[in-house]
Amino acid sequence: MIPEEIKALPVVGALTGALPESIVSGKAGRGELTLEVAAEKIVAVCEFLKNEQKFVRVSTVTGVDWYPEEPRFEVVYHLHSPERNERLRLKCRLPGENPEIDSVTGVWRGANWYERETFDLFGIRFRNHPDLRRIMLPEGWVGYPLRKDYPVTGDRV
Amino acid sequence: MSDIDSPGVTAVEADPEAPEAGPRPKSLVLNMGPQHPSTHGVLRLLLELDGETIVSAQPDIGYLHTGIEKEFEVKFYQQGVTLTDRIDYLAPLSNNLCYCLAVEKLLGLEIPPRAQWTRVMLTELTRLNSHLVWLGTHAIDIGAMSVFLYCFREREEILRIFEMFSGQRMMTSYFRIGGLALEPPRGWQKPVKRFIDVFPSRVDEYEELLTNNRIWIGRTKGVGTFPLEDMLDLGVTGPMLRAAGLKCDARKAQPYSSYEKFDFEVPVRTENDVYARYLVRIEEMRQSARIIKQALEGMPDGPWTADAPHVVLPDRDKMKTQMEALIYHFKIVTEGFRVPAGEVYQAIESPRGEVGYYVVSDGTAKPYRVHVRGPSFGNLQAVPRMVAGTLIADVIASIGSMDFVLGDSDR
Repeated sequence: MIPEEIKALPVVGALTGALPESIVSGKAGRGELTLEVAAEKIVAVCEFLKNEQKFVRVSTVTGVDWYPEEPRFEVVYHLHSPERNERLRLKCRLPGENPEIDSVTGVWRGANWYERETFDLFGIRFRNHPDLRRIMLPEGWVGYPLRKDYPVTGDRV
Repeated sequence: MSDIDSPGVTAVEADPEAPEAGPRPKSLVLNMGPQHPSTHGVLRLLLELDGETIVSAQPDIGYLHTGIEKEFEVKFYQQGVTLTDRIDYLAPLSNNLCYCLAVEKLLGLEIPPRAQWTRVMLTELTRLNSHLVWLGTHAIDIGAMSVFLYCFREREEILRIFEMFSGQRMMTSYFRIGGLALEPPRGWQKPVKRFIDVFPSRVDEYEELLTNNRIWIGRTKGVGTFPLEDMLDLGVTGPMLRAAGLKCDARKAQPYSSYEKFDFEVPVRTENDVYARYLVRIEEMRQSARIIKQALEGMPDGPWTADAPHVVLPDRDKMKTQMEALIYHFKIVTEGFRVPAGEVYQAIESPRGEVGYYVVSDGTAKPYRVHVRGPSFGNLQAVPRMVAGTLIADVIASIGSMDFVLGDSDR
């Protein structure tokens, strides 16, 4: 459910007008706007925001692991529009089993490394990514360190 | 980009034993780094060459990955400050500031003016520090040795000022959640004033050595250009954008820590080459000096930490006389302080561009997740676009103009 005061915001109004059912919920607080996007609609939403709403930059893409909750993962996108001087946070929830989402590298090429990093550290796969390899860790690394069930200390199993 | 994975120098399609010398080897893959003095850290670049022209380049990063984001999750909020120093080791205070602002936003803390102004002043000194290292090493890369020595002379003064404030030259951790770590030392104005009075004339000196220098101009003008749309698309921020004509500076656009009270300009150029980036950073140094001067002259009086005993460590004297202070101290040190559940993204303008901290709290005393958006990571992504089609001799000048720090990109 999208709260009424968020529906009234121009960005959200335009989004729900152009792409109905793409926004699952929304939250505004501390001067920041967060929209939860249906995972299968992420590319369409990003394209719309970039081309129609002037969010020409993606500041960062990352993940959050809510283990043991389900759906377990969140992919978080921070968009920025220098022209409107606004920032926007998008979120998609993914299941713990085979987390997969479409890549937004087709929208912003700059998402490339951020998605690689999220893949490397969370094990979230990005479909249609041009070069989905580990970026921080060596290629043969086992496991995804930023997952909550990955230990901070101790021997590797 | 076919055979680019093989390290070292590999001649593709070259086979001298071939009975008939077919077409000349088309491309050569040259490995640059990770131990290369001009990559300023451990960046590895794989350059595919056709003669002297670069066909493609592929940066390889991660050599400095230390798992800082994971480590945040097992430390109390206040302990995280020391980690932020180590991310961008040329601009530790910018990272301190961004992290503190993010957590303070979650806590809803009001920071007193004196602390805010001190933060602005020291962050701008950090910008000078970082730009000086950049200018010195960039000049050395291109062949101007003496600039380096002059830059480090001034940098030494800045590091002494940091030491005076925090006890540390580089890993300062001087900004804490709720204010400053220590009260600014008595008489701090004197060395800062002495430094800031002469600094603009020092910038003139650098400019005398470089701005009209024919070799410098020859090596930097028209080099490393690529369109602004590509920069925005690839995630480039900071002086690179401003040298391409976009007036984009978080200090003006979304002011934090009372930057709105200071009078300064955001330098913008439109030439979009290495030379323009040099001019932008030189002008930024002058503007930072202006800000520092204003902070020095108008420094407000008053407390240097927020009125939040559950977050800020109490005064040593109070601890010896007041029961509550002792209890708060014990609680903060042993079990930290709880931060209301929620999430924030705080972005500031570091010397290199947009530093962003995304902090997620689940209501406990340790952050649930901290993600650091380092400007170097975004900027490095544009290296292939910037150097493709240019000459190999220009690679050093081009990547030098990005001013990246590998600790910042790898975390």
